[in-house]
Amino acid sequence: MTLRQGFDPLILTATGLACRRGERVLAEGLEFTVPSGGILLLKGANGAGKTTLLMTLLGALRPASGRFAFEGVDTESAFIHFLGHRNAVKPHLTLAENLAFWASVNGGGGLSSPAALEAVGLGPVAGLDAGYLSAGQTRRLALARLLVTPRPVWLLDEPTAALDTQGEAMVAALIDAHLTAGGLAVAATHLPLPLRSARVGELRLDP
Amino acid sequence: MMSAFTAILLRDLKLALRTGGDWLTLALFFVMVGIVVPFAIGPDRELLSRLAPGIVWIAAFLSVLLGLDRLFRADHEDGTLLLLRLSDLPLAGVVLAKLIAHWLLTALPLLAATPLLAVMLSMDPPAFLRAVVSLLVGTPGLVALGTVGAAVTVTIRRGGLIAPVLILPLAIPLLIFGVGAITTGPGPDQSGTALLLLAAISLIAVAVTPFAAALAITSAED
Repeated sequence: MTLRQGFDPLILTATGLACRRGERVLAEGLEFTVPSGGILLLKGANGAGKTTLLMTLLGALRPASGRFAFEGVDTESAFIHFLGHRNAVKPHLTLAENLAFWASVNGGGGLSSPAALEAVGLGPVAGLDAGYLSAGQTRRLALARLLVTPRPVWLLDEPTAALDTQGEAMVAALIDAHLTAGGLAVAATHLPLPLRSARVGELRLDP
Repeated sequence: MMSAFTAILLRDLKLALRTGGDWLTLALFFVMVGIVVPFAIGPDRELLSRLAPGIVWIAAFLSVLLGLDRLFRADHEDGTLLLLRLSDLPLAGVVLAKLIAHWLLTALPLLAATPLLAVMLSMDPPAFLRAVVSLLVGTPGLVALGTVGAAVTVTIRRGGLIAPVLILPLAIPLLIFGVGAITTGPGPDQSGTALLLLAAISLIAVAVTPFAAALAITSAED
């Protein structure tokens, strides 16, 4: 899992950021910086605005006020991977086809499809239709998407949802490898991730 | 970027063909209208062939509109649409790829089924040929307008019939010139002019749609 080349140093800074969903402002006055090799864990009750903050960072929602910026990265080309609640897996395509689709859409350049499936523990079922997968396996397939195309920024929404303990360890290892390569990540999570990385920040959102 | 475009196009076709005959129901609907009308109107061949252009277009119009909802629905619900916004291919390119795939899946079967309608509606061979050309030229515009409607309504749950209702007024010119491109009389034959106008509307719609639909999708989430 260390084949990936390093990323250029980059930094995410937010100043006075306020997120909104519709007309409702969910989190205000957020200040944080995430450097290369760092991860910011978003904590907070359900409905505190964790997903909304991630959606704001990926550019799908406009912030209510304040600003954030990714510096040191070419913002002209895509540089963000998002892992949301919805796995974007097509049940009628096989696992390999699902991954191959994302590899050609996102440009590939990372692990090959078989290697990525192996890395998330789905190697033996690569030829199966994704519709037959369990919730946890579908989640693993969604994670494999992040591995076939290297991108410096990972925005993860409950990355360990539906995963077993071994899966949680796998997610932590994948994130560690990503951070070691010089990427950065923002993750909303309730469960403690067994991360080895030193640069772990935490942001608590209050409803 | 081209590979992303073709990947989306091919994936949409593959998914549609693999999920079974879902996409064929529209062609079936098209044929059903053609079969039902002669029974409703009666066996007057003269009258039937006079009404045929209008009936062919009404059938095509309705079946294209009915298929609109599935254009973005599945991709929106499983999160694919959001991720496609994070690719290097501009969203307008994504929309164009999906538009072409949708046309191939909904309008092409209609064209293939047109001979059946021609027989049922006792169209003569020249009229049948004009009908095929008219549909070939007009349906891309119809699908394009529908794409905008589908993009605007994609975040509305169970908004199945809202998109057709929304774009109906915009699509009426296509219907008028589409029928005009098949009809030759009474009076001087103006089907050629109508066909050119139909082509013009169709081209404008296809050119503008990707940008309009992309804008609708980005602002719908916000």
